[in-house]
Amino acid sequence: MAVRRKPRLAVFKFSSCDGCQLSLLDCELELLAVADAVEIAYFLEATRREVKGPYDLTLVEGSITTPHDAQRIREVRRISKTLVTIGACATAGGIQALRNFVDVEDFIRAVYARPEFISTLATSTAIAAHVPVDFELRGCPINKVQLLELVNATLNGRKPIVPRHSQCIECKQKGTVCVMVAEGKACLGPVTQAGCGNLCPTCDRGCYGCFGPMETPQTAALARQLTELGLDGRDIKRLFQTYNADAEAFRKESELHG
Amino acid sequence: MASRVIKVDALARVEGEGSLHIRLRDGKVQSLQFGIFEPPRFFEAFLKGRDHSEAPDITARICGICPIAYQMGASQAMEDALGVVVPRPIRQLRRLLYCGEWIESHALHVYMLHAPDFLGMADALELARKDRATVEKALRLKKLGNDILETIGGRAIHPVNLRIGGFHSTPPKARVKALAADLRWAIEQSLATIKLVGGFDFPDIERDYTFVALRHPDEYAIHEGRLISNRGMDIPVSSFLDHFDEEHVAHSNALHGFALPDHAAYSVGPLARYNLNHDQLAPLAKQAAAEAGLGPKVGNPFKSIVVRSVEILQVCIDALAIVEDYDEPDRPFVAYQPRAGIGHGCTEAPRGICYHRYELAEDGSIVTARIVPPTAQNQKTIEEDLHEVVTRNLALDDEALKWRCEQAIRNYDPCISCATHFLKLTVDRD
Ligand code: SF4
Ligand code: SF4
Ligand code: SF4
Repeated sequence: MAVRRKPRLAVFKFSSCDGCQLSLLDCELELLAVADAVEIAYFLEATRREVKGPYDLTLVEGSITTPHDAQRIREVRRISKTLVTIGACATAGGIQALRNFVDVEDFIRAVYARPEFISTLATSTAIAAHVPVDFELRGCPINKVQLLELVNATLNGRKPIVPRHSQCIECKQKGTVCVMVAEGKACLGPVTQAGCGNLCPTCDRGCYGCFGPMETPQTAALARQLTELGLDGRDIKRLFQTYNADAEAFRKESELHG
Repeated sequence: MASRVIKVDALARVEGEGSLHIRLRDGKVQSLQFGIFEPPRFFEAFLKGRDHSEAPDITARICGICPIAYQMGASQAMEDALGVVVPRPIRQLRRLLYCGEWIESHALHVYMLHAPDFLGMADALELARKDRATVEKALRLKKLGNDILETIGGRAIHPVNLRIGGFHSTPPKARVKALAADLRWAIEQSLATIKLVGGFDFPDIERDYTFVALRHPDEYAIHEGRLISNRGMDIPVSSFLDHFDEEHVAHSNALHGFALPDHAAYSVGPLARYNLNHDQLAPLAKQAAAEAGLGPKVGNPFKSIVVRSVEILQVCIDALAIVEDYDEPDRPFVAYQPRAGIGHGCTEAPRGICYHRYELAEDGSIVTARIVPPTAQNQKTIEEDLHEVVTRNLALDDEALKWRCEQAIRNYDPCISCATHFLKLTVDRD
């Protein structure tokens, strides 16, 4: 009888802050159960042990910003059965995609005294711009409940249950008072995908869009509402240009303001 | 001619990506480069033109392991520029939040990232297979840190509740008080941790470092104080750039920090804090340190794991006191008007001081931003340590030497994402 081997899990990092992969270690109480169910075959942040691919489930954090990484992601795709991007960097280019809106040479000169030592691409791009992606988890950072659901679903050969509706729906479900209506605070909730756990509105703060655009977001309508609240073009541009600045819906809306 | 090359192309159990390249010839280190290959993300450049109020959240994304160091450093720098003074209840809440980050980050590093080196294991999961109870307790300790972050900050990684002047909302009293029981357990657990790691075998090396840390008159400094060194420096945070600078070297995407005027290496982090502020540790922490064999001065970088454990105990004690004292502040934040100005902020990230400076325009937009993260400051010191570790361990075979070097790098809990920029190790011995 053939011995069934455990599914192999790999975690790869590209340009990022490590926060999304840390979410896996942050599953504290469930972490050992995950480690019982899968073989952690490649996860540099946690282990120096490296098991060669192919991998059954590969989690990719970070965006592509160097010629070398553009090559490396192809190799990662080749050895991965299911490839899932985790977080805003991998899914939309991250905050570092702000370079896509300017001349990157100016950025290099602004930070490094010896620009000739720096090898970088002019853009920071999502993983899906380079290779096919099987599923994406949103957030800056991702939500660990969604991460566990993803691992569980993938191991059981089903599609993860992740809502695609807006943050506003979460407010309604949780009974959170709307900070935009009640206090006139700017909120990206109407166009932002739910899933964080309704965090900002429960802290009496407007959502700043870290889960990126929901399906068919009405960004123009929101921009009008923000203008009525007294935000000027520059404020609106800044609001759309953060952790998911290069997600199409947010990019397009941001370019209409300034 | 005997020559060896040792390469580590992807350093594990550190945050971010780096490498080490060592060339040995005739039993001597010919060259040694600790490089950081984290691709640049240009934070300082794209902060220009953003609103000052956005800096805490944006800079948090430099590092998912120590976002508080960025959120708080940026907030303080802005408050400095805007003339905002936060009242004591908000200040205490900030300190409690920061204790949470220390507990989380230190517990992660001590048990999951560093202890496996001393036990000759690849990772903490291997440890869990041999001693599941210990790893479960370690994870519970780490979780307590995250619970504190979630209670006050709304989220463990990139909290959402911080703002310039304080918080968006104040955590309800009952939720904060509920942390006390776990903190009492954590004090016992940190004592057990100190005992455990104090019993490890430590490579024999003692160095005379220049230590730099914050010092506060009344407490073991975390988020406020003056910058001091064991060489007589005692300066306000605003003079940081008069004493320290960074240079850009070819083998790294990080800027290497050095102390002026003579470009000397200096060390920040647990060892620096312990050596400079030992007198301010709680009596229980001092006693536990002494029982684990630590005097008031520690010059062995491998003992940083014990110092980190002592610091976990210290911040659990501090956090418990704040929790017991907590009353909801009247207002969650101090309101202010934007204005032009220059401000500085510096706090003790778990891995060492993290400095921020911003210049603001009249309307509160950022004109210039400068951030000096801890790992950049430690890079030169890490290279010097490696030099010594390699020289003393030439008899080891390549694999063993490589592991020992990795361990020496992990002494600093380097957050390579922070240094803006991971480890690849190569050792040449032809
Ligand atoms: S998405 Fe956000 S939290 Fe995740 S790696 Fe990128 S910057 Fe960090
Ligand atoms: S607070 Fe924001 S997310 Fe919630 S209902 Fe109002 S607009 Fe929508
Ligand atoms: S409310 Fe919006 S910005 Fe806040 S954590 Fe959730 S998705 Fe991110």
